[in-house]
Amino acid sequence: MKENDKNSRRNFLANGLKLGVATATGGLVAANVLGGNKSDSETPDSGANPSGEKIKVLTEDGQLIEVDKPSNDCKISPCAPAQGEEARKGIPGRSFVMVIDLARCKNARTCISACQKGHNLAPDQEWLNVSLMKDNAESEPYWFPRQCFHCDNPPCVKVCPVGATFKREDNLVLVDADRCIGCKFCMVACPYSARVFHWEKPPEATVSKEDYSPESSVPAQTGTIGKCDFCPDRSREGKLPHCAEGCPNGAIYFGDKNEDVVSNGQETLKFKELIKERVGYRYMEELGTDPNVYYLPPVERMFDYESGFKGVSEEKRKVYEKIVKDANSNTD
Amino acid sequence: MIAKLVHNLEKPSRRWNIWVGFLILIVLWGLFALVKQIQDGQIVTGMRDNAVWGIYTANFVFFMGLSYAGALISCSFQLLRIKWGKPLMRMAELLTVSSLIVGAPYILFCLGRLDRIHFLFMYGRIQSPITWDVIAIITDLIFCIVFLYFTHIRDFAKLRDYPNLNVAPWRKKLYRVLSLNYTGTKKQERYLHQAHDIMAAIIIPTAIVAYSLLSWLFGMSLRPGWHSTIFGPYFVLTALYSGLALLIVVMWIYRKVRKLEEYITNEHFNYLAYGLIFLTLFYGYFSFSEYITEWYNLTKPYSKLWDKLYSFEHYGWLSLFHVVFALALPIIIIGFPKFRTINNITFVSLFIVLALWVKRYLIVVPTLETPFIPIQDIRPEYVTYSISWVEFALTISGIAVMLLIFTIASKIAPIIPVSELEGVREKTKLDLSFKTKGA
Repeated sequence: MKENDKNSRRNFLANGLKLGVATATGGLVAANVLGGNKSDSETPDSGANPSGEKIKVLTEDGQLIEVDKPSNDCKISPCAPAQGEEARKGIPGRSFVMVIDLARCKNARTCISACQKGHNLAPDQEWLNVSLMKDNAESEPYWFPRQCFHCDNPPCVKVCPVGATFKREDNLVLVDADRCIGCKFCMVACPYSARVFHWEKPPEATVSKEDYSPESSVPAQTGTIGKCDFCPDRSREGKLPHCAEGCPNGAIYFGDKNEDVVSNGQETLKFKELIKERVGYRYMEELGTDPNVYYLPPVERMFDYESGFKGVSEEKRKVYEKIVKDANSNTD
Repeated sequence: MIAKLVHNLEKPSRRWNIWVGFLILIVLWGLFALVKQIQDGQIVTGMRDNAVWGIYTANFVFFMGLSYAGALISCSFQLLRIKWGKPLMRMAELLTVSSLIVGAPYILFCLGRLDRIHFLFMYGRIQSPITWDVIAIITDLIFCIVFLYFTHIRDFAKLRDYPNLNVAPWRKKLYRVLSLNYTGTKKQERYLHQAHDIMAAIIIPTAIVAYSLLSWLFGMSLRPGWHSTIFGPYFVLTALYSGLALLIVVMWIYRKVRKLEEYITNEHFNYLAYGLIFLTLFYGYFSFSEYITEWYNLTKPYSKLWDKLYSFEHYGWLSLFHVVFALALPIIIIGFPKFRTINNITFVSLFIVLALWVKRYLIVVPTLETPFIPIQDIRPEYVTYSISWVEFALTISGIAVMLLIFTIASKIAPIIPVSELEGVREKTKLDLSFKTKGA
């Protein structure tokens, strides 16, 4: 009897162990095959760099770094916009910068509509704003396009309580709509009014929620922040941001401080020389935010500022006229 | 004497039931508004892309201020052994705790994604002033509730031992449990007294620090009107001022409703009124200092804000209301003995509270409406902030919750701490006969 008991106990334990190991192994296999690791977004999905070759590039300060060799439709590999934790790192070796030539802007607003189309915004949501500025009573008014400045000392990043907005090594300040709790402290902190809020359900997006990336900023979510992102998803494909491409006068230049080059689609210029010759400045430099958008002063204009009034609604026109009037009355 | 106080705790009168029912209705209306906001998004509020903070933040700052003031007042009474203040301590502590409970949710209503509240704890960044504030408020809430409970223990013991207490059995059990077997022995006395002192000593710096952190949410941002070094002390002072004024109002209401004329006397109103006028003068000094320093050399971004605040087509009337009721009127009414009656003091205090709420609104909204890059929008709701019914409902129901807490608390334990009163009357001979008219 005892022999039988011992054997049956031994059998039971042996079977139990086999079953346990089988379950564990099966579970692991199933998890890896079915679940996959979403946070590990090293694997690009589309337009990928098939060869896996690397090339060396030299940064501005003489550093040699290795990046993936670009292919025809993917200049910066991986081509798919980074998601999750990867999106916080930034495209290596890049340092994006924008230059806006105020002498060329005539309030065409095609930059705004291109940006809205590219980012699936409602028609009254503007990440890129064109304002009429008149610096003093004597000077001529000019049109002032303003994106997010992607500051080097960003007051918005400092105050985010959950780290939903972050500064990357490629100079960009992006927003992770999956993390944002909508407290709007960043909107309050930004002195340039660069951020907008999704007060209600955003327009239907063609992109699904799983493909959301802070680099493309679509699809948006209710109750979160949106802002200009310098279109890094387009930079990966070797294209200019929507606004730079959309401007009919080539007023918006976009480029890379490390390579010392900016382009508006037609001309490609050396960034440092351009700022030096045309005395480029940054808006409200004295606030200490170190913006990455430079403005070229509105001298030797292409157009009269009044040409910017074409097609503008009556109410908007009244707003502009008041701005001019207010600036003129401040003669002290 | 004590019998009357205890009698108040017994079966709630019809009037009490109707009052509580009315308050609950208002709270339900507020809940309905909140659900609407969560469902439809914050588009139902008046907040838009420029004035992204509106009534909710103003309410938050306002109620937090009341809370810290209540804490400072009751803890000062405790630590400085101010005997005449003993009848008022429970009211002050209730003011503290209730305004913390009511005020803290307002900042949550500001959040666009209430479903992600836990991110504040999972991903909280210590560099953000909001994180500092969350830590400070939670700490302060815990400390104040503990202090409130400690000061109730003796009374719970008294109620437990009270012969023929005409209340439901579950309440008798509650008193027994909550009194923690306190029997008044020398050792227990000493421990309880020490506990009071320790909590009071901890709460005072906690309250000051917590409200300063809140002020730096504004003060550390770059905007004109907010980026001012005076914000820390200014907020603490404004809080103290509004809290003391509201304490006077609360005192008057309880005195009237519960007929507490023998416990809350002329002297109480007088002393608090002296404290109030001292704060009025101090507050006036701060306000004037802020105004004249800026006005003397008005910089360009500030001149737009100035226009908003002081021209009568924008917020000039609100600014005038604030100056009249928070500065001018209190000095006149309390300064002149002829006007210093109990009813007048209370009336002035009520309007001080209202004027200081208006001041919070004037701090939050006009600055947001005058950013560095001028607003060139044509949509009126994006240019000027206007309150919506959702925000209004939530404001009113916040006040209702506070009143509810006061009402219910006064039924749990006597609003005048009876166990503190024994021995007070003999020990203090408050014979400071300043001329006042009785009420």
